[in-house]
Amino acid sequence: MFKRLSLPDAPAQKTVIVYFDGRQVTAQDGDTIAAALLSAGVEACRTTPVSGSPRGPYCMMGVCFECLVEVDDIPNVQGCQVLVKDGMQIRSQHGARRLG
Amino acid sequence: MTTHDLVILGSGPAGMAAAATAVAHGITALVVDEQPAPGGQIYRSIESTPLKERRILGDDYWHGKELVDGLDDPRIDYRPGTTLWQLTRRLEVGLLQGEQASMVQARHVILAHGALERPFPIPGWTLPGVMTAGSGQILLKSAGLAPSAPVVLAGCGPLLLLLAVQYLRAGIPIAALLDTTPAGQYRDALPLLPGALRNARTLLKGLGLLAELRRAGVRHVRHVTALEAEGEDRLERVRWQCGNDPEWHCLTTPLLLLHQGVVPNTQVTRALDCAHDWDERQLAWQPRRDAWLATDVEGIAVAGDAGGIVGAKASAMQGRLAGLGAAIALGRVSEDKTREEVKRLRRDLARETAIRPFLDVLYRPAAHWRLPGDDTLVCRCEEVTAGEVRRMAKQGCRGPNQTKSFTRCGMGPCQGRMCGLTVSELLADANGQSVAETGYYRLRPPFKPITLGQLATAAEDASE
Repeated sequence: MFKRLSLPDAPAQKTVIVYFDGRQVTAQDGDTIAAALLSAGVEACRTTPVSGSPRGPYCMMGVCFECLVEVDDIPNVQGCQVLVKDGMQIRSQHGARRLG
Repeated sequence: MTTHDLVILGSGPAGMAAAATAVAHGITALVVDEQPAPGGQIYRSIESTPLKERRILGDDYWHGKELVDGLDDPRIDYRPGTTLWQLTRRLEVGLLQGEQASMVQARHVILAHGALERPFPIPGWTLPGVMTAGSGQILLKSAGLAPSAPVVLAGCGPLLLLLAVQYLRAGIPIAALLDTTPAGQYRDALPLLPGALRNARTLLKGLGLLAELRRAGVRHVRHVTALEAEGEDRLERVRWQCGNDPEWHCLTTPLLLLHQGVVPNTQVTRALDCAHDWDERQLAWQPRRDAWLATDVEGIAVAGDAGGIVGAKASAMQGRLAGLGAAIALGRVSEDKTREEVKRLRRDLARETAIRPFLDVLYRPAAHWRLPGDDTLVCRCEEVTAGEVRRMAKQGCRGPNQTKSFTRCGMGPCQGRMCGLTVSELLADANGQSVAETGYYRLRPPFKPITLGQLATAAEDASE
């Protein structure tokens, strides 16, 4: 859905490795989780509690709560508001989040 | 609980300008913002964007540099990545940074948390692959991410045109720009053009964008009157109709970016129970404010798009005005001493916003884009359709708090941010009453979800 533009004058960014449902995803330092997933071709990051339909990031600014994922065992994290960190374990969220 | 003279919510143009003005009058300011870096959405990632070629994002983007630089001041305590989850009428401010919650006491508060994109409920708008134009621009600015296949842009308003041009400049192909601006509105907006000429610069910029699109040969489909996103588990195609023509047109695309204007984010002012008015020209709620941008809650002002859409430059001017208001309220300067500066600010503000009536009329989304068909989802979180809301109206629901109780519409994690306007307008229409009479969701803290574990850290913080 999205690709990274090749920009000759852009400063080189550090690569960050995260995992989405166990799959390795190469992101760049400064990416939000949602941006990293979109650039890796992930379209849906959760299913809804009501009908189980797939959803992916929609607003990218913290408003819509569509990009909710589980991050390092913490559920309901807004993927567009949190920056990637090396080794981060991101999981898709199915239905309602479980109670901690 | 620590006490701060001034707490500013948001580091967009209004918040940054308010902070700079306040510190110039000897006030230390705490500026909190949910985003990881300053600039708001308009100047997003201005310090880190990989798009260094200035031409792509344009001069109006890079204009924000000066304001962002102003945040680097020892008298400003700027805290990025900080969420406001509580604000009381006694000016107690609840903050969350990572896993650490805290409460601080403010003497004065300026809310400068900006706008949201107006809901654009069409069939299929919840499919992965359907996003907002704002989100496309955020990905472009912050990560240099652009559509990997020709993209379809649909809707109306300045941001949609700007994004189209920014994509073009970055070499990104656009499959089509589906323009939903109703045909008659070019005529309706014409009488407002002379007034808009007071801000000729912005008007010319808009014309320039349209010319750039035309020169590039972008397929610009006008007078789109119906629009649907289709696909199994993700977007596969976009369908549309034009004018009164019954023929459906279709394009295969993995990405549809929607936009029909921006509206004030009133979550916090609603939760504070500030008085709000329905603005029929902007088709949105606005917190009621006096000439100093103060709300009817003592000590709380609203600057920038959060109080009514005015654009980035006017937002910064309002930020300065609110900053002066804070300085006067806190007794750092007399109203008399600021008179000249305020006069100048108000004059600049009037000139800058002179274009708004023209834009509001030209890009007013037609009724059928705000009041979707029965099968279309309006509440994305709880998956409630327009038809269910209408059915509730038939059963006697007069306002959104009743439909919320019966259907959970607006009760999901977004707390009505994505459906609130649509539901108020749907109920007003179905009940034959005004939107003002219909009202809006009653909102309560926490403004953003906070876990009990995080909440407990505030108590630990206070006992230290």
